[in-house]
Amino acid sequence: MSAQDVLDMSINIALVLLSLAFLLTIIRIVKGPTLPDRILGLDMLVGAAIGYIAVIGVKTGYTLYVDIAIALGLVGFLATVAFARFILVRGQADEGGMEDGHELDADAMIDHKIGELGANATPADNQEKQGS
Amino acid sequence: MADLGTYVVSILIIIGAFFALVASVGLIRLPDVYSRMHAASKAGTLGSGLMLIALAIYSDDLATITRALIGVVFFLLTAPIASHLLAKAAYAVGYRLSDLSVMDEMSKSDQN
Repeated sequence: MSAQDVLDMSINIALVLLSLAFLLTIIRIVKGPTLPDRILGLDMLVGAAIGYIAVIGVKTGYTLYVDIAIALGLVGFLATVAFARFILVRGQADEGGMEDGHELDADAMIDHKIGELGANATPADNQEKQGS
Repeated sequence: MADLGTYVVSILIIIGAFFALVASVGLIRLPDVYSRMHAASKAGTLGSGLMLIALAIYSDDLATITRALIGVVFFLLTAPIASHLLAKAAYAVGYRLSDLSVMDEMSKSDQN
């Protein structure tokens, strides 16, 4: 068995493993149960896609896609940061994972919470720090 | 001697894909968002990084090698920041730890 055969075989194994990883991550994104879980799933999906592009680069020699992988990493990072800000702005968590009912009035909630955050967030944090 | 590089690339690709799979299994199996973050950011980053390094070793082209290594460095820089921000936001907003958690060092209420 030549080195090239070993490489071909390991590339196929790696593609199968990565596809399984994609599948499990998507199951987590669909199941939730909370918004941070889904965002984490999307972050993981970007990471797995970068790995997939690297394996495809070894398999076919189309290394042009490595540029796309770098851009994908940048977009994934910015998306996660933006979603983290969104979680902060959206305000108090609703336990139990029944978020679907609340998606409809998300705009009203954001307006409400922005007002609350502006009034309360910083003074409350300071008081807690002094108290502890 | 050229064979040795090919074998190294094969091993790195398999290990990287395995770590990506382990990260997604952790994403499914672990109980709350904070422990899932351990799996996704550490094992996931290691998996993608190993596969990009494998591409850098396999390639003959200097441009591809630098791009793959820049991708690794960039990914290593951004993944912890993104996870940290997400964890801080989730904790600040009040997503609770799972019941299996042993302690919560950031908790203000039950300090003795």
